[in-house]
Amino acid sequence: MNFVPKMNRRAFVIGSAAGGLALGFGLPKSALAAVGDRAQFGENLTSNELGIWVAIKPDDTVCIRIVRAEMGQGSQTGLAQLIAEELEADWSKVTTEYPTPADNVKRKRAWGNYNSSGSRAIRESHQYVREGGAAARLMLIQAAANEWKVPASECTASNSTITHAASGKTTTYGKVAEAAAKLPVPEKPALKNPKDWKIAGKPLKRLDTADKVVGKMMYSIDYTMPGMLSAAIKDCPVFGGKVKSFDAAKVSGMKGVKKVVQVDDKSVAVVADTWWQAKTALDALPIEWDKGSNEKVSSASIAKWLEEGLTAETKFVGNKAGDTAAAIAGAAKKVEAVYSYPYQNHACLEPMNATALYTADKCEVWTSSQNGEAAYAAAIAASGLHADKVDVHRLMLGTGFGRRTRSEYVTEAVLIAKQMPGTPIKLLKSREEDMTNGVYHPVTQCKLTGALDKDGNVTALQMRISGQSILAYARPEAMQAGADPATFQGLNPGGAEGAFGYDIPNLLIDHSMRNPHIPPWFWRGVNNNQNAIYLESFIDEMAHAAGQDPLAFRRKMMAKFPKHLGVLNAVAERVGWDKPAPQGVFRGICQHMGYGSYVAAAAEVSVSGNKVKMHRIVAATNPGHAVNPAQIERQIACSFVYGLSALFHGGITIKDGAVVETNFDTFGSIRMAEMPRVESIIMPTNDFWGGVGEPTIFVAAPAVLNAIFAATGKRYRTFPLKDQNLQIG
Amino acid sequence: MVRLNINGKDHDIDVDPNTPLLWAIRENVGLTGTKYGCGIAQCGACTVHVDGVATRSCSYPVSAAVNAKIVTIEGLAQNGVLHKVQKAWLEHDVPQCGYCQSGQIMAAVELLKNKPKPTDADIDREMTNICRCGTFQQIRAAIHAAANA
Repeated sequence: MNFVPKMNRRAFVIGSAAGGLALGFGLPKSALAAVGDRAQFGENLTSNELGIWVAIKPDDTVCIRIVRAEMGQGSQTGLAQLIAEELEADWSKVTTEYPTPADNVKRKRAWGNYNSSGSRAIRESHQYVREGGAAARLMLIQAAANEWKVPASECTASNSTITHAASGKTTTYGKVAEAAAKLPVPEKPALKNPKDWKIAGKPLKRLDTADKVVGKMMYSIDYTMPGMLSAAIKDCPVFGGKVKSFDAAKVSGMKGVKKVVQVDDKSVAVVADTWWQAKTALDALPIEWDKGSNEKVSSASIAKWLEEGLTAETKFVGNKAGDTAAAIAGAAKKVEAVYSYPYQNHACLEPMNATALYTADKCEVWTSSQNGEAAYAAAIAASGLHADKVDVHRLMLGTGFGRRTRSEYVTEAVLIAKQMPGTPIKLLKSREEDMTNGVYHPVTQCKLTGALDKDGNVTALQMRISGQSILAYARPEAMQAGADPATFQGLNPGGAEGAFGYDIPNLLIDHSMRNPHIPPWFWRGVNNNQNAIYLESFIDEMAHAAGQDPLAFRRKMMAKFPKHLGVLNAVAERVGWDKPAPQGVFRGICQHMGYGSYVAAAAEVSVSGNKVKMHRIVAATNPGHAVNPAQIERQIACSFVYGLSALFHGGITIKDGAVVETNFDTFGSIRMAEMPRVESIIMPTNDFWGGVGEPTIFVAAPAVLNAIFAATGKRYRTFPLKDQNLQIG
Repeated sequence: MVRLNINGKDHDIDVDPNTPLLWAIRENVGLTGTKYGCGIAQCGACTVHVDGVATRSCSYPVSAAVNAKIVTIEGLAQNGVLHKVQKAWLEHDVPQCGYCQSGQIMAAVELLKNKPKPTDADIDREMTNICRCGTFQQIRAAIHAAANA
């Protein structure tokens, strides 16, 4: 397990540094009381605040506050669109700014949840941010009305300008902002009907592109400050192992080296003038490890253990209907298959890093995090300081994919900085360290048994999942009676987080938990990835056994699930399922639901020898509301790059208790030549709010796998496909 | 001391000659637009031009860059005017997280220098940098747009 630093009694007890609070982070009321009512502006926040979400400068600049993280997914722009829409702002004058986690505590967490995982940035904050924009608009109108001594109801606002039609008077937001900021903030203002949206719902360009094409965007790795030193870190290569000893004298004379430190019980760091010097010295540092009890664990031993779980007794049921045993016993035809899904690495292109400055009465951290409050909690715990003496400053993320909801790199940076008070320390993990001492998409296997009647109708389906629980490691407090409900993402009887979309009279989906020592974590799409592969591949297997068309076979079971069916029909129609595919080209289709959204895909592939050519992919999503169709289109297409990279090139293997793949030479990522052409269908029904950043990744792999089966007659059930000598052509 | 000419300016830096050019640029000169991704010339986030040739600077020693003209992403714009590739990247809203895009742009600039009107096959062959966000469709469109600018 991870090292958990001792905590100062005065510090808030808001979780361990082991990642338990990375999601669902909540500050207890006692913590808020300890900070008191010293509500104040954050040092960098613009004054003339109109509520908490908007501040306007005299020059009409609109400063919109964003607390969710931007890691490329576009939420910063989308959230700003929602607020600007209700504000009736001039979009060309919109900028964004970021209240720090400490700002949030000082305001009694008025800005709400900072967490940006689970595709939740917009779907879980749209209501209150839009109300924030609307309240600010009402305050600005009221201030102008007061100045003109006319009723506010006679004034209108548009494009950052307020007009009183009867008198012909106009003014701008910037001119009345100071007066407006002194007015009370209206509660629960009415919101616009999305059909009247002018800014939200439009395919606007991102707000943060200009700096990214000239090399000026400040990522966490780019942060620097006077007197800063750099640190390179090495963890025990076997998870659960510890540092036995190291010989600092061997490297302390090397150029630039300032200090060799033990960071915690499992890791050692070298601090030097530059990171390259630190890494060079660390590579030369003799370290003895106590590798612990996991040194003999391998991918094969893990697989064997999981295999036992496919038939073991378990009481943890995710979805149940009827009597599967009886239905299977009486089946005209029985179909069985076993699948497995490997560990995957997030492999964010920017390796994990953070800069920390610690003194006896203050600790500041500059980093990129998907959850600023989790990073803040980690800094509080590691520093041992009171929360109002700690803050975390946001910098741009070089991707997140779930990895940056974990804050161990903040903990480690602070633990190093504590050993050099007053000196800013930038901790950067090498690619190899990032890859081999991270956290991973969990490993599972699944045994599926299906029963068909004489007409080829599905009368029963059993899915036994065996394998690793993310929550048992990452959020033990979220476990239910010792079991992990997130295991069943996309297979649940209902609910926004992933509802099963087939009407099968006898159904049993259960889980035998087996947790190897490799730490699991949330990885874009999380458990939906393997659950969609298991279910949607097997539905195809049953269709084949029944001698029926995979689309027609699905449709028979989906009458009660119109939204699931809606996206499936959309991709079928666009790909031309009812017409023959081009010569030599074969199709696969699938659907899934999760993170509030309904998704489907159809793939067209040809297979020649061991080369799979993906000619065309059609993907559809119904995310409820489409806040920025241009950015949604990108998330759809690009989720296929991430998902298909994992399917073909990814997979993490374990040897001698440690991760084998250390870099992109062995853990591949799709490049330009392999990129499939993805056509997207965005079909919001405007009656709910679903996520965008993840959902379409669920259908990337199964659509292609079903198309490969159609092309070859071979069903692939273990991954990555490189291990089956199957490559992208 | 090693003298490097970066973006038309000489920098005398105190660095071991075996230091990868990437780290000299980032840490000794202080230009951070060039990124670290893998350290083994796999991902291309560190791509700079050395005497006009797109080079993965993480695996290129400083000693080999002495006397060379080095151009980084910060030196691509001339007299405050963006390079046509940068303009196309803006126009096509290419970056997502943006971390790889300095390297992608530097690779694209060299591609267009050698192949002013590249085909899709040329782009497939020459653009080999990794983008974990997956912006390849936008990169391809932007390269074609820059070629026609």
